[in-house]
Amino acid sequence: MGKGSWLLPLLLVSSLLGTISVQELEQRHRTERISGSAGDVLEDDPVGRLKVFVYELPSKYNKKILQKDSRCLTHMFAAEIFMHRFLLSSPVRTLNPEEADWFYTPVYTTCDLTPNGLPLPFKSPRMMRSAIQLIASNWPYWNRSEGADHFFVVPHDFGACFHYQEEKAIERGILPLLQRATLVQTFGQRNHVCLKESSIIIPPYAPPQKMQAHLIPPDTPRSIFVYFRGLFYDVGNDPEGGYYARGARASVWENFKDNPLFDISTEHPITYYEDMQRAVFCLCPLGWAPWSPRLVEGVIFGCIPVIIADDIVLPFADAIPWEDIGVFVAEKDVPKLDTILTSIPPEVVLRKQRLLANPSMKQAMLFPQPAQPGDAFHQILNGLARKLPHPRNAYLKPGEKILNWTAGPVGDLKPW
Amino acid sequence: MKPSALQPNRRVISFRSPTAAPLDGGAAPSDDPLIRSPAGLFWLLLHAICCLLSLALGYRFARFLVFLFLFSPSFPLSSPGLLLLHRRPDLPLSLPQPPPPNATASRVVVGRHGIRVRAWPHPDPAEVISAHRILGRVQREQRLQYGVRNPHPLLVVTPTYSRTFQALHLTGLLHSLQLIPYPLTWLVVEAAGRGAASNETANLLARSRLPVLHLPFPGRMPLRWSDRHRFESRMRLHALRVIKERRLDGIVVFADDSNIHSMELFDEIQKVKWVGAASVGILAHSGKLETAAQRQLSKEVEEENSPVPIQGPACNSSDQLAGWHTFNSLPYVNKSATFVGDGGTVLPRNLEWAGFVLNSKLLWKEAEQKPDWVRDLDEVVRNGEEIESPLDLLKDASFVEPLGSCGKKVLLWWLRVDARYDSKFPPGKWENSADLVWRETRARGRDVVYRS
Repeated sequence: MGKGSWLLPLLLVSSLLGTISVQELEQRHRTERISGSAGDVLEDDPVGRLKVFVYELPSKYNKKILQKDSRCLTHMFAAEIFMHRFLLSSPVRTLNPEEADWFYTPVYTTCDLTPNGLPLPFKSPRMMRSAIQLIASNWPYWNRSEGADHFFVVPHDFGACFHYQEEKAIERGILPLLQRATLVQTFGQRNHVCLKESSIIIPPYAPPQKMQAHLIPPDTPRSIFVYFRGLFYDVGNDPEGGYYARGARASVWENFKDNPLFDISTEHPITYYEDMQRAVFCLCPLGWAPWSPRLVEGVIFGCIPVIIADDIVLPFADAIPWEDIGVFVAEKDVPKLDTILTSIPPEVVLRKQRLLANPSMKQAMLFPQPAQPGDAFHQILNGLARKLPHPRNAYLKPGEKILNWTAGPVGDLKPW
Repeated sequence: MKPSALQPNRRVISFRSPTAAPLDGGAAPSDDPLIRSPAGLFWLLLHAICCLLSLALGYRFARFLVFLFLFSPSFPLSSPGLLLLHRRPDLPLSLPQPPPPNATASRVVVGRHGIRVRAWPHPDPAEVISAHRILGRVQREQRLQYGVRNPHPLLVVTPTYSRTFQALHLTGLLHSLQLIPYPLTWLVVEAAGRGAASNETANLLARSRLPVLHLPFPGRMPLRWSDRHRFESRMRLHALRVIKERRLDGIVVFADDSNIHSMELFDEIQKVKWVGAASVGILAHSGKLETAAQRQLSKEVEEENSPVPIQGPACNSSDQLAGWHTFNSLPYVNKSATFVGDGGTVLPRNLEWAGFVLNSKLLWKEAEQKPDWVRDLDEVVRNGEEIESPLDLLKDASFVEPLGSCGKKVLLWWLRVDARYDSKFPPGKWENSADLVWRETRARGRDVVYRS
């Protein structure tokens, strides 16, 4: 029959397509696509979109410092060192500064460590100043724009304010010489002196191999509701409480220490990474600074981060929709944390877990060696590429000077 | 990220020096004798009070003075600490002096904040239920994504009889089975106990909301443990015969009512193709109260063997079945129990039924791809053979699949705990504890013997 003869092959074809799409749907059900305010940019390839020139500084600014203390390669500020290594061998690097869009200065300002392993920022302003003086005198590109097409990696507590204590950091403000440059930093808090409009926020360094080594099978049921390990009171520096973490961590402890849904403690177990993979929510409260490697760990292990830090700016906020992925709790709402978390509908929880399961999300938080496509190095380059082309006021007219080379505390002006 | 104790007294240092100024300034003695002029007296008194207060309160008082005397707009971020009390319930954060007008309004203030604690900092039951609902949904999703795609139904075979501890054991098993996420059928084979016939078992099973096949078995459960093991084997064979006749499909699990099963066991047995074997931990214990000397002896015995004896498959280095770990009954020779409830240590057989799982298609008369290394069940029963463990149903034991990462994981625990065979117990429900207490007080008048 005329009509029926095409019906059968049509049915066959549609059933075939149906089975294929059911399988695709199953795959897609495990993860969900990530698109932030900049679009689906996590998988963009920066190669070909920008060119970076790496200044050749004497080794006293980078290699010699690293030789003095190799702990700088494993602590959470190691991004500055690995960014340098990545750029040296990356295809975006150009040896011809005339065609470069961005200029990178490899100076390791966060590598002067105490015996405990914490970086001292007291010499960092002088070191940065000395490096800038060097590039300004040996190459004409700094004076051409007074740093507007230069970027620096400053992963310390409060970025380029170069101090670990917030009050002192606010007093100092961002180093005046870096006023026009783009800063790549881990610190991000809205309306704060130490965050510029044009800064790129990056995640703190977390060792990728160590985390991959502790993965457990994904069918292990997630049976911990809320998980947190860390200090609630910093007895050494703030014995009374209320200063450390603006009292938020202490409030979490006082309100939920006997709540069986909250697995919170100061004891750091050997199975810390495994436990995070068995938890649904991981608390990421602020400490002395609002950022923390817990966010990275939570994303890698699929634990929904509960961010308790007012006005914080999270890494790659224009590319990653953190509002959809994590739960934000205001510091004043901490006593109601259990109500907030238990009232989240299960579908929303599942959607957040699907977003976290997206491999491009996990890659964007890591600094693997050697670099892999979609990792944090590439997201930094993507961020830099999105700022191109430079605005017209980036390049100064001849004779124009904006920066004040003698601004800042007197101690900073001493040579390094 | 956090400054270590580099400057341990940084706050004290910053606040001590300004404090000295007003006191010094205020307490500057004039040339006139202080005691004479009332102003001098006033200042002297004030000085004394300030000294005593700062002795008592320390730097908090100093900070208060700074706040009072040295307040200036250039310190918009100095701490408002004294206005807040530590851990006052429900105290809202009182903001300090407003930020300078030209700065962008930041809600976040540096300095000492109060620690907010709500009035009743304890869990709310409704919220706990919602949390468990969320956890349940997350785990269900995990099972959908990563778990077994097409789960086989389970056929759970349990031999039981009516006795003092039956309700205890059977309720435990019932709850374990209710947690299993796979479809199951529970075949309960019941033999007669010492007492008169009753429908206790039926009552318990009726409340279970599980699909149950209640199979009566002729005969009375023997008192000697050696006879009892044989009797239980026959009860299990009866269940297997029913499975064969009705061609029930699934994986056969031998769950004795007093055993303890981990939920991972039921996930693991989904991987079985024909016959699987898991490691069983043996909780062999004595029912008697031990004296100190006996405890010392048992500790030595424990140190000789492993802490808990384990029965199960033994693998070679390439993860293939190489042999069996069985139960070493030598240390218990003098202490083993003979009768039920006599206080001795109840010993298992060399290999217990509980550690084996079978695909029910092995029992069917005809099934596709049925292997030839399994014997026919009817033949075995007709011959009247002594079946000690499912291995006797196989011609070749090397086809058994080891479970639980080749026997390294113990997935269930074998336990036999029973009261004396002549113990009288109140029939009926156990969950109504008031009922039980009433019955017990009535029963104390009679001769009741209990063993814990």
